Amino acid sequence: MRLTRAQRARLSESVARSLLGAAAAVVIGLAAFVLVYIAWRGVPGLSWEFLTEVPRNRGREGGIFPALVGTLYVVVGTGLLTVPLGVLGGVYLSEYAPRRPSTRLIRLAVANMAGVPSIVYGLFGLAAFVLAAGFGRSILAASLTLTCMTLPVVVTATEEALRQVPADLRHAALALGASKLRTVMTVVLPAAAPGIVTGVVLGLARAAGETAPILFTGAVFQMRRLPDGPGSQFMALPYHIYTQVTSVPNWNRDLVWATAFILVLTVSAASAVAAVWRSYRRRRTAW
Amino acid sequence: MTNLTDLSHRRSVGRTAIRRAAEAVATAIIRAAGWTAIVVLAAIALFLAWNSLRALDEVGIASILTGTSWYPTSDPGKFGAAPLVLGSLLVTVVALVVCVPVGLAAAVFLSEFAPRRFNEVSKAVIEFMAAVPSVVYGLVGVALVVPSVKSAFGLDSGLTALSGGIVLGIMALPTVVSISEDALHAVPSSLRHASLALGNTRWQTTYKVTIPAASSGIFAAVMLGVGRAIGETMAVLMLTGNAAVMPKTVLESVRTMTGTIAAEMGEVVQGGLHYSVLFVVGLILFVVTFAINLAADVVLERQRKRWGA
Repeated sequence: MRLTRAQRARLSESVARSLLGAAAAVVIGLAAFVLVYIAWRGVPGLSWEFLTEVPRNRGREGGIFPALVGTLYVVVGTGLLTVPLGVLGGVYLSEYAPRRPSTRLIRLAVANMAGVPSIVYGLFGLAAFVLAAGFGRSILAASLTLTCMTLPVVVTATEEALRQVPADLRHAALALGASKLRTVMTVVLPAAAPGIVTGVVLGLARAAGETAPILFTGAVFQMRRLPDGPGSQFMALPYHIYTQVTSVPNWNRDLVWATAFILVLTVSAASAVAAVWRSYRRRRTAW
Repeated sequence: MTNLTDLSHRRSVGRTAIRRAAEAVATAIIRAAGWTAIVVLAAIALFLAWNSLRALDEVGIASILTGTSWYPTSDPGKFGAAPLVLGSLLVTVVALVVCVPVGLAAAVFLSEFAPRRFNEVSKAVIEFMAAVPSVVYGLVGVALVVPSVKSAFGLDSGLTALSGGIVLGIMALPTVVSISEDALHAVPSSLRHASLALGNTRWQTTYKVTIPAASSGIFAAVMLGVGRAIGETMAVLMLTGNAAVMPKTVLESVRTMTGTIAAEMGEVVQGGLHYSVLFVVGLILFVVTFAINLAADVVLERQRKRWGA
């Protein structure tokens, strides 16, 4: 049977449409499967003791409390460093940077920082913060390392959020006699806050889940007490999963999956809340 | 009276000067923050190079890159990193085979055919996939992919380049999908409308007009996917078995450059030769990913200029 041109076109249209749709379904199905699978494996190991006790028997029993606290400390430390640096960096790129090759160079550097492998950040953290700066393996060294990693995320998010603030707002503030700094700090930055906060949360969520940068900068296999300051070593959730799977014979499947579930839940819940808040604020803002 | 106004005038002049000075200081701080990215990137390169010096001097880059035996702890140590480089390449090729066809097809569907509401859902899903930590992907791979590969090919161990590559491919999917979708979105709709007005179907428009117009962005998406796969550490460390031998097939255990650094750096003498060689491996990784990202960025920038977005 011979097909006319139009028939052939219609046939290839429907074949292409279904194949492409199938690919999209595979991607979305994979993500859904990963989410459901982690939850299914993770829930049995959850308990109050699991969240509040120290690990026993090399992590095969007990809980993950020190790892939860350690990850929290490192994320807070990273946030304290990365938020001012990243936000001001974004402010510079959006509000102050001249249209010059040097600015293009900064943008290139930011884009490239995002592509540097996490293990290379680990090496850099070891050489620069642990050894050269003399911070030792500590929360401080790990936070500094993770700061370098999350910086491009915060800078990019801030710059994009600031760009979406209409120029009218800036002009109005300047016309009222406000200086440029005042305009940026009291008018433009608050207007861009939703986008910036979302970027910060995404960056920190990523930092919370990273293992490679903290391998040599302060994470330890087991600690009986909690870290007592920025110079202390720490346990971390992702590192705990890694060491259990690779160096504990007969690791407790339930507890490790529960740890993974807690990690994924925290990271994706934080990102989801930030994303929802951003779209809610966007819909409410006039521009 | 004149005195009073004179005084207040002088005071306001003083206040303005202070304000101006504060503004100048704050502006300087903002400028410094802007330059941080360049400083950090330069510091990474410097620290990697500085710590690599000893190995580059005593072993040499040529014998590190071409040497085929990696026995860092024997005496004297053998530091041929070719098996590691090949391991990384092999795993990356598998990852590309997994993620590029599916990822590009999904991106085309989402950008050109899917209804609007579907797009919001898919964006959230892809963001979720990107947010899952790599150690968790490693765990999922250990539980599901490793045993499947083992039984499917009748192997003694499922810790192979194939297992690592499959999981890496899944991990690179969000990058490939979202960047190529952005590239397709950036193509002006006037091009599509012109093609449709000439009587082309949606699919004909897509493959004759939209995809060629977005080709450089799609290329950049694949490049960034490669960068992601080469640089990934934890999942490959948990899934590839880490045997540092020259791989022949994807069904053997391999050790990647990233995995080697992660596995060995904890046990080396600081400042020793082995330590320095691991920094050389890190330097190679840095240079390779830097080149890939730079190329992708240049291509994306050109695309941006072309469509004036």
